[in-house]
Amino acid sequence: MSAIKSYDAIVIGGGHNGLTTAAYLARAGKKVLVLERRYVLGGAAVTEEVFPGFKFSVCSYVVSLLKPTIIRELMLPKFGLELLPLESTFTPLDHDYLLRTSDHDQTRREIYRHSPKDAEAYDRFGPLMGQIGMAVRPILETIAPNVIRPSLSDLSATKRLFDHFKALNDEQFEYLTKLMTMSSADFLDEWFEFEPLKATMSASGIIGTFMGPRSPGSAYIMLHHYVGDIDGAFRAWGFQRGGTGAVSMAIARSAKHFGAEIITEAPVEKVIVENGRAVGVALVNGDEYKAEKVISGLDPKLSFLKMVDESDLPSDFVTDIKNFRIRGSSGKVNLALDRLPNFTSLPGDGPHLRGAISISPSYDHLEKAYDDAKYGNFSQEPYIDIILPSVLDPEMAPPGKHIMSCFVQYAPYDIKGGWDDQKREAFGDAVVNTIARFAPNIKDIILHRQVLTPADLESTFGLTEGNIFHGELTLQQLFVMRPAVKWANYKTPITNYYQCGSGTHPGGGITGSPGEMAAKKILRDW
Amino acid sequence: MSYGNQFTAHTQLRLSPFFERTSKLNESQEWRRWGGYLSATKYDLVHDNEYFAIRTKAALLDITPLQKYILEGPEAQHCLDRLVTRNIGICKVGQVMYTPWCDEAGKQIDDGTVQRLGDQKFRITSAEPNLEWILQNASGMDVNVVDDSETTAALALQGPNSRAILNTIDSDSLDSLKFFWMMEARLNDIPVAISRTGYTGDLGYEIWMDPKDALAVWDLLMEKGKPYGITPTGLHALDMVRIEAGLILLDVDYVSARHAIIESRKSSPYELGLGWTVKMKKKDFIGKKALELEQARGPEWEFVGIEIEWNELEDHFRKVGLPPGLPSLAWRISTPIYKNNEQVGYATSGTWSPILKRYIALAHVKSEYAGLGTQLDFELKVEHFRKLTPIKVVESPFFNPERKRSCPL
Repeated sequence: MSAIKSYDAIVIGGGHNGLTTAAYLARAGKKVLVLERRYVLGGAAVTEEVFPGFKFSVCSYVVSLLKPTIIRELMLPKFGLELLPLESTFTPLDHDYLLRTSDHDQTRREIYRHSPKDAEAYDRFGPLMGQIGMAVRPILETIAPNVIRPSLSDLSATKRLFDHFKALNDEQFEYLTKLMTMSSADFLDEWFEFEPLKATMSASGIIGTFMGPRSPGSAYIMLHHYVGDIDGAFRAWGFQRGGTGAVSMAIARSAKHFGAEIITEAPVEKVIVENGRAVGVALVNGDEYKAEKVISGLDPKLSFLKMVDESDLPSDFVTDIKNFRIRGSSGKVNLALDRLPNFTSLPGDGPHLRGAISISPSYDHLEKAYDDAKYGNFSQEPYIDIILPSVLDPEMAPPGKHIMSCFVQYAPYDIKGGWDDQKREAFGDAVVNTIARFAPNIKDIILHRQVLTPADLESTFGLTEGNIFHGELTLQQLFVMRPAVKWANYKTPITNYYQCGSGTHPGGGITGSPGEMAAKKILRDW
Repeated sequence: MSYGNQFTAHTQLRLSPFFERTSKLNESQEWRRWGGYLSATKYDLVHDNEYFAIRTKAALLDITPLQKYILEGPEAQHCLDRLVTRNIGICKVGQVMYTPWCDEAGKQIDDGTVQRLGDQKFRITSAEPNLEWILQNASGMDVNVVDDSETTAALALQGPNSRAILNTIDSDSLDSLKFFWMMEARLNDIPVAISRTGYTGDLGYEIWMDPKDALAVWDLLMEKGKPYGITPTGLHALDMVRIEAGLILLDVDYVSARHAIIESRKSSPYELGLGWTVKMKKKDFIGKKALELEQARGPEWEFVGIEIEWNELEDHFRKVGLPPGLPSLAWRISTPIYKNNEQVGYATSGTWSPILKRYIALAHVKSEYAGLGTQLDFELKVEHFRKLTPIKVVESPFFNPERKRSCPL
């Protein structure tokens, strides 16, 4: 074997956060290597031509809140970032519909049609949530302090946050408290009466989480979505042209521009730990690379229970990681379509197909879907968040053809009897049948179907239990607790071993935030 | 979605031959005036989709309101050569040239494109009517000047998919049509001319036709363009992309020398970033002597791209408890630019660029402050209060994709 190559830093996993960390470290002049297990970069933010001519954001399908700082500092527009607006949210009902668009007047008239009271409440609700979002954003942008043994910078960061929260007004404080503790259903009930509106809004509180809209704590997750809206014209969210994989590729190009090296099809077997210090990695094929720092972009379970030996870690930390909740609750169905679906309640083409289509007619629909999952089954009539990427970006499908991305909840990882081919197809059928209730032509226009269960998400993308966020975004798993108390600042009990994935603060979604803050922390420690 | 509107305009303004279609597609029913025509501001209730159509799909714009003149005759070339600053002598049949034209003092009157339709036949486009000026300068020459403004209808098909759409219709492929060249074509047997030109700084074409064929061409493009995301697009979106492309607009970025009521309002091509269009080797043209002098001493003003620095912009708004205030549309209000608290320039149009994620503007600055990277201050209103925020002079065009010029063949 030739001499072992040596780097300043090695990042395990070429997901969007790993790539972000690599880009930042390379930008600071470090010699960086990224090792990706698959043939393609992006992790869960990946575009693949699943069927000839049909490209899918196979897993993660929208850019939720890509941090503006990262967009600028890594010069992502120059490297291919192009975020297209998702203009509307369409909730088809059996005999009617609810359509919210980016036009204020149109949306207000539409809500008025269903509830004059809600139309006015809606106008107050958005700005209030925006304000609360502004209030929590400093938390999301602060490296989580070690609350047990705070450093000097931890103390000053904590003081800044305290000062910030002292400055909140009564209303902000009231609603922040409510959002932290209530269920999204209870919270929305205080505001609105039209059930499809409430159900659709509550749905953002259950995504990626094993909870229903009536589960306490779900309100907070809803707030996360409003943080993305704050930046207005900056638009840090939307649909990436070319699929979410193109976001990862833009970050990868930026990383390479700064000098990072990236190798695909290079699965890492183990982090090499010597005397409590990480010194390199060993690949499955036997190759070894040395590095001063090793950074894992994997989820906490893989980072600590697979990449290193438990014996290298304190036992209480191992217990924390084992208790870290990472229950997969969602699946993905990707459809190649011969033409556009036709919704009974709002037939034809139009702006309602250019945004999110939410199958969330009522709380009961969502809660019943959750009930199925609670007892170990996939939802017979699931909640589905649909987008038609080819309407926004025709190059995702052959001319005139379309693709449909269906994010489906609930599909528990621990399904009774385990997932198999038969259950996967039955799950796919349940999804198609549910859509057919509102768009009956769907069954006639499907050319190809890809169904991904949580088990598939785990085996293909390395998401433990198929959890899309590397761990649920519930209160006890956020900020100073993500993934474990004392180790929320991207460090780990192993010296020179860091973490930078969605399982760290501030959590999942295509934000790049964990990756960026990890890099900044690592550089500060260097 | 169709709201089934049946809009009919009761207006003294002219209606484009495409109005029959555009009026019914225009959900917002917002119109601007352009060259005496009703022209769609936007078709959707918000302009976002139209902006992104130009940059990521294909946008269809009715550009009939452009002023158009045909110059034909043995001295047509000579006439144009005298009129404009660029060298029309080297413009080949089928070629198109962008050019400004000036008065005797070398101050710019207008700008547009010259298409060489034949050895002795040209079409020139302009923003404002120029018939009188052209006739005045064609006097005594063997050239026939015809106002073609209402006898030729025009569409702009702009965006990365524009070529693919035209290739599905025209029997001759556009793959070899180079940037700023044009060709005769037949769209389903309708004779048109297609030029690879536009006002977007992207891959795009302009299609010139007899007004009687206007609706048939529109329908054909809309039908064939559907799988490629063709999107009827209005002036709001166009105004954003033309700033990204660093393209100037008469009456916004400069005042025509023929309409300026005071001398200081006039600008020379050198002062508008168009020095490259002034061809001094050419024998003679209107304004040459004055421009020679200006070239020798250097222009007093320059026209540059500026970028408003993000961090300080964000800080200004954070101080009042707001997220960064970015314009959702292009603005065209003259905005002061300072150096050490002394005004040294003014921005004439600006926009937040959604594709570049940069806040950009086009500005007149005194020449000594025009160098790339020069740091200046820009007047910004934050919650009604005027603040100064740093900007820097940057390269323009801000957005200049390879596909604009590239030829697959």
